[in-house]
Amino acid sequence: MELFTNQVLAGIATGAIYACMALAVVMIYQAIDHLNFAQGEMAMFSTFISWQLMQWGIPYWGAFILTLALSFIAGIAIERILFKPLAKAPILTNVAGFIALFAIINSSAGLIWDFTIKQYPTPFGSAPFLGSQLISTHQAGMIGVTVLLLLGLYFFFQYTRVGLAMRAAASVPESARLVGINTSWMIALGWGMATAIGAIAGMLIAPVVFLEPNMMGGVLIYGFAAAVLGGLTSPFGAVVGGFLVGVFENLAGTYIPGVGNELKLPIALALIISVLVVKPAGLFGRQIVKRV
Amino acid sequence: MSAVEEVVTEAAAVEAVPKRAMTLGTGTSLLVLAALIIMPIFVKNFIIFQMTMLLIYGLAVLALNILTGGSGQFSLGQSAFYAVGAYTTAVLMEHFDVNYALTLPIAGVVCFGFGFLFGQPALRLSGVYLALATFALATAMPQLLKLNFLEHWTGGVQGLVVTKPDAPFGLKMSQDMWLYYFSLVVVIGIYILAVNLLRSRSGRAFMAIRDNEIAASAMGVDVALYKTLAFGVSAAITGIAGSLGAIAVQFVAPDSYTITLAVSLFLGMVVGGVGWLPGSIVGAAFIIFVPNIAEGISKGLSGAVFGVLLFLVIYLVPHGARQVAILGQQLAGKLRKN
Repeated sequence: MELFTNQVLAGIATGAIYACMALAVVMIYQAIDHLNFAQGEMAMFSTFISWQLMQWGIPYWGAFILTLALSFIAGIAIERILFKPLAKAPILTNVAGFIALFAIINSSAGLIWDFTIKQYPTPFGSAPFLGSQLISTHQAGMIGVTVLLLLGLYFFFQYTRVGLAMRAAASVPESARLVGINTSWMIALGWGMATAIGAIAGMLIAPVVFLEPNMMGGVLIYGFAAAVLGGLTSPFGAVVGGFLVGVFENLAGTYIPGVGNELKLPIALALIISVLVVKPAGLFGRQIVKRV
Repeated sequence: MSAVEEVVTEAAAVEAVPKRAMTLGTGTSLLVLAALIIMPIFVKNFIIFQMTMLLIYGLAVLALNILTGGSGQFSLGQSAFYAVGAYTTAVLMEHFDVNYALTLPIAGVVCFGFGFLFGQPALRLSGVYLALATFALATAMPQLLKLNFLEHWTGGVQGLVVTKPDAPFGLKMSQDMWLYYFSLVVVIGIYILAVNLLRSRSGRAFMAIRDNEIAASAMGVDVALYKTLAFGVSAAITGIAGSLGAIAVQFVAPDSYTITLAVSLFLGMVVGGVGWLPGSIVGAAFIIFVPNIAEGISKGLSGAVFGVLLFLVIYLVPHGARQVAILGQQLAGKLRKN
């Protein structure tokens, strides 16, 4: 039983990483209605920028805020320059654009900061949390930040005019335009916010997985999986999905014989798919009614 | 309606081609075919090998095109079917001494079964959910091939070495050239079958499902059957491409068949034009040659250069090579009028 509790706790700790990433994924899905395959690389690049700022002597929180602002602007710029011209192109073409963006960012980060692994500082310290060996204060801090972020987003979407406009632009663009919402800029705003949230995720994840251009590869897959499991329409679902995936993965690694580190991912994905077969819109997603 | 389904529907909007302009299309196909037949006589063995790979990837892109462009189902799991085909051939050739040509249909049947079965649970999923499911298949496949109890057959991480066949009937031809012509015949055969399949009753059922699933089922199309059938056919063709690939490369190993392969095939389909079968070969050329060109331009930034080139292509022709073909036909039509 102790093994079980420990594994669940460890799962929640890694789940916090996935939850963060999943939140960014859902954010952009809400704004543009598809998954951005370059999201992980964008988060990685933001994290590198914050690292560079710290190397130049800016304190952690200063670098944090500055990176958020820069990421927000960069997200909007990427949408305006690269993806707005593709707005009328087929969606599969857009997906190819994400893959191109992925390649560009990954390769430039490798050239600028090279592929060696770098230490990344944490503002929360890495002592054991409340005497538990499994969760460090950094991981607890990460869970805390994720929850705060979720609350912030909830209030933003539920109680602000801009939040409402963004939701309207995403769900019924034509009607939103008729009532005077600038849907094109709402999409850009969504990109900016998603990039900023990705940057937060990156900066929280980096102390755990270390900083290097390929750090997000694995995390993004789990983030997608978590977002899909929780339901792509629900930020709350994404966070719950993140924790569930973390716990799934740990329990599968412990209890299913013959599952090494390598089979963890396929098994976690297989489990998620079995859930999706039963609930095709994800655990907390809205069922979208189709019409002919 | 989910994102990915919409796409494929949109792609159909560019279809209308005036009938009398089709002669241009036929002429171009004949020219390409002639070039493909004559070319190996004049070039070095390495280039012949690359052209063989071009045909093989073209076949794999064609398979994805039938699935996504035909029936509107999105797949990131094509690398898994490719791997199954490659391993079927490798195991049959090396452990059972089966003739290489006979392994192709066997690989096709095995992959058809595999794809058809995989299509069953995938039935309930569409759009991004289907993408995730097929993605899971693609990430799982290399790990499954490395499993201990399969190691006796698959060679584990090391993989298997495949012997390249000699030209039969005492033909004075290098192995590479023989394999090229062999692949060419297989690819053309399957291409003709694929074109006819999409024109048949089943093909129309695929497209009806792609355009509107609910309407299709109301018209009496057995949606479940045709969706799984599309998966099976696509998997079978991908498997045959995998078999040819194993013979051409002379080697199979789990890590050659990762998600990167599936992503390349997807890019090939987009560049060639979704749902336009002749575009498959253009897409294959893109995914084989453009990474090399990018490497040639800048070693350190090859990924970035590849990304920029890809962006250029999708800006200029968002509908891929198909759009170029349509433009060409319209231009030819205008010239004829003047």
